[in-house]
Amino acid sequence: MLTEMLLAVLSKNALISAFLFMGLLMWLSYFFSEKLTRGQIHGSAVAITIGLVLAYLGGKYTGGSRGLADIAIFSGIGIMGGAMFRDFAIVATAFGAKTDELKKAGRVGAASVIIGVVLSFFVGAIVAVGFGYKDPVAISTIGAGAATYIVGPVTGTALGASSDIIALSVAAGLTKSVLVMVGTPFVAKKIGLNNPYSAMIYGGLMGTTSGVAAGLAATDPKLVPYGAMTATFYTGVGCLLAPSLLFLIVRALA
Amino acid sequence: MIIYGVSLLAFCMLVGIFIGDLLGTLMGVQANVGGIGIAMLLLIYLSNLSNKKLQLGSITESGIHFWSAMYIPIVVAMAAKQNVIGALSGGWMALLAGVAAVVASFLLIPVIAHFTPRAERGNSDVN
Repeated sequence: MLTEMLLAVLSKNALISAFLFMGLLMWLSYFFSEKLTRGQIHGSAVAITIGLVLAYLGGKYTGGSRGLADIAIFSGIGIMGGAMFRDFAIVATAFGAKTDELKKAGRVGAASVIIGVVLSFFVGAIVAVGFGYKDPVAISTIGAGAATYIVGPVTGTALGASSDIIALSVAAGLTKSVLVMVGTPFVAKKIGLNNPYSAMIYGGLMGTTSGVAAGLAATDPKLVPYGAMTATFYTGVGCLLAPSLLFLIVRALA
Repeated sequence: MIIYGVSLLAFCMLVGIFIGDLLGTLMGVQANVGGIGIAMLLLIYLSNLSNKKLQLGSITESGIHFWSAMYIPIVVAMAAKQNVIGALSGGWMALLAGVAAVVASFLLIPVIAHFTPRAERGNSDVN
């Protein structure tokens, strides 16, 4: 009876419950980071990894597609972690950004968006060909999915791909996004990701806004605005290039 | 007042998204083209402008700093609502396509950073 009442309070005030829960999760993550890894692995990296594990468990438990947010008492996490709040916070991070840094890397940042879309598209397309796909529509849709999980379905719909191919393209994009979140702090040093300049190139090449947002947060939060800035152009450019120019190239080659 | 900062932030975001949608429609793609990036540029522009003309009060600024500081917990919440099962359920091909795209992109970062003249990069290190 008391438990039921408590659960009802938690799910009725879902967003507030999410604030409480995320606070506990952050505290736990920073505790782990300090005690178990002696600060070697950043607290936010630990938190993001725990978040992804919880998303897996939530998905397994409910069979839904929104991770932990599909459980009623955690539904506020869906609001808090949704695109609206995420983008609001991303814009806010720009407040401390230095204009000179942006100007310095502006052209390279723009170039890296186009290079990033083309590179991911063709890497994805080559993998599709390697797995025996011959239809240029399917190859292009999977290639577009390797760009981001939004470019994939947009391209697939525009080209008239079947729904199972579109689902594959979404899975490829989701894999990319999750891997960027988890992998970035581990490779940051090796790829020189320690200044606004390379952060803008990184955002442009990776393109997945959620991946870049979390990857930089776990590496160095000061770099977030620079990477996020270029990443937000990636999906638009991808939706522009993949179903048109890049598809025509694939069709000519296939 | 704190709400002035929050309101300025909201203004920048909505204007940015609107322009992004407009760009997407003009280009004929079903996506927002750089809306958030435009919003960020607008916020940087407005906050630099007001430094000379009308000073943003520190309490107004704290309305923006709050959301900036909420960034990491929000991103963690975002991680907790990802379709991780969906990512793993696409089979080997989808996994390999995603992994290969990430590895290739990671490898290219130092290459592109290397191509540009050192002077242009300057001492851009932040600590």
